[in-house]
Amino acid sequence: MKRALILTLCTAFGATAVAAGDVKPADVVYEDGVVSASLTGQAGDAVNGRMVFANRKQGNCLACHANSDMPEEGFHGEVGPMMDGVGERWTEAELRGIVSNSKMVFEGTIMPAFYIDSGYERPLDKFAGQSILSAQQVEDIIAYLLTLKDS
Amino acid sequence: MTNTLWTTLALIGLGTAVGAQDSNSLSIEGESIVTEVAAPAHMENVDTIYSGWRFRSAETQALEMDDFDNPAFVFVEQGMDLWDKVDGAAGKACSSCHENIEDFAGLRTQLPRVDDGELVTMENLINECRTDRMEAEPWKWSKGKMTAMTGLIGVQSRGMPMNVAIDGDAAPFWEKGKELYYTRVGQLDMACSNCHEDNYGMMIRADHLSQGQINGFPTYRLKNAKLNSIHGRFKGCMKNIRATPFKEGGDEFKALELYLASRGQGLSVETPSVRN
Ligand code: HEC
Ligand code: HEC
Ligand code: HEC
Repeated sequence: MKRALILTLCTAFGATAVAAGDVKPADVVYEDGVVSASLTGQAGDAVNGRMVFANRKQGNCLACHANSDMPEEGFHGEVGPMMDGVGERWTEAELRGIVSNSKMVFEGTIMPAFYIDSGYERPLDKFAGQSILSAQQVEDIIAYLLTLKDS
Repeated sequence: MTNTLWTTLALIGLGTAVGAQDSNSLSIEGESIVTEVAAPAHMENVDTIYSGWRFRSAETQALEMDDFDNPAFVFVEQGMDLWDKVDGAAGKACSSCHENIEDFAGLRTQLPRVDDGELVTMENLINECRTDRMEAEPWKWSKGKMTAMTGLIGVQSRGMPMNVAIDGDAAPFWEKGKELYYTRVGQLDMACSNCHEDNYGMMIRADHLSQGQINGFPTYRLKNAKLNSIHGRFKGCMKNIRATPFKEGGDEFKALELYLASRGQGLSVETPSVRN
């Protein structure tokens, strides 16, 4: 209930409005690509994270990563590695680094940085100065990825 | 399905661009079309170039193999009507001065080119005749009349190899186009090369990535059921990565067009091609 309300508010302000108390994109601390501190101070919601992963206007992670946990989705991309077992390959802090700014981990990668709001050129006006995902969406995705185990 | 593909690729052990283009060969109305050829020497990261046709489904491919099935020809016919239509204060039609449309055979393969220090595309040449010689309004870059005419003139070169000049006067434009090709833009921060050079052959969600060749333009797209200009396509790709597109007909897109044309040297002109 409360969560639904927060979501509604977020949508009203645009998906990436920075909620008070969130770590701002420019303030995220990377240590060798790893981000230890939660971006929101709250636990991520894996159920919402699963939706953000597939949603074409949000994470759209499925565009590049196949994921056996989503057989209901017709098209899985092949540009990046499969997500199966990703929750065992990486720790929560490592995943936070990869999703927030993959370029800190994989040099020259095609994977977009999902939690930066500057440093890219010629954005369409409506996206200028914004991150692709909100802090909460990043935390939700991480919570979801951690559920993807091989066994 | 996707799983199997991944496993297969992993087993073959291919690294970067795997080239999952198919092995079909194209012949249109009995004429064989080159859809695969050794990459030109200037391409450092790719050995073989392929037409976008090789990445499309069998159904889409079939539409291009027969001119009666190819929906683009409705528009090429419209181009033929425009060819004979008097327009503008000078009271002329294209056909008043240009005797045979067939005389344009070969032109598509050499564009864009530098004329008097300026890089010009097919659209520029057509509009120059309209404004200077017919005293008529220029046609809009990607609108129906222009794409009908670029389709009609382009098909005269069908089957001939792409062959643009990139040295001499053209060199600075080509360099600029190359730089744009490798420059990341947009909120998603990607360059053309990230998709069309590093990942061609891969599925990106429902799309099978090709090398982004322009030998088939204007292309009829099933998605919008009309002919699409080269710059219109560039614009679409830029918007998809949430970048502000450059202007159609502007210096950036013209330079990019020259560079892309040069990445297709040796592929047959396929105009008007069919894509999804
Ligand atoms: C445009 C393609 C693309 C998109 C979109 C994309 N990724 Fe990636 N991702 C990659 C590639 C390619 C790699 C491999 C790293 C490299 O570039 O070498 C990767 C690597 C990863 C890894 C490490 C995988 C491993 O097993 O080693 C994770 C985790 C990941 N991505 C998560 C995500 C999530 C979550 C999203 C959506 C929010 C996402 N990616 C969106 C292309 C993409
Ligand atoms: C008043 C005469 C006249 C009319 C009308 C005219 N053109 Fe031209 N066109 C020329 C001349 C002259 C040239 C330059 C000389 C040449 O290359 O043939 C030219 C050049 C061109 C070229 C470049 C050819 C090349 O090889 O570089 C194209 C393409 C072209 N015209 C298309 C058209 C189209 C399409 C129309 C009708 C919309 C049209 N022209 C109407 C006289 C005309
Ligand atoms: C996120 C990946 C991506 C990026 C980046 C991208 N494109 Fe594309 N492009 C596509 C997809 C998907 C298609 C449709 C399938 C195909 O032919 O690859 C396409 C199609 C094309 C085509 C049509 C090919 C044909 O056979 O008709 C051209 C030309 C093209 N792109 C040029 C560009 C240029 C120029 C850039 C850089 C400004 C660019 N693209 C950036 C994904 C991308």
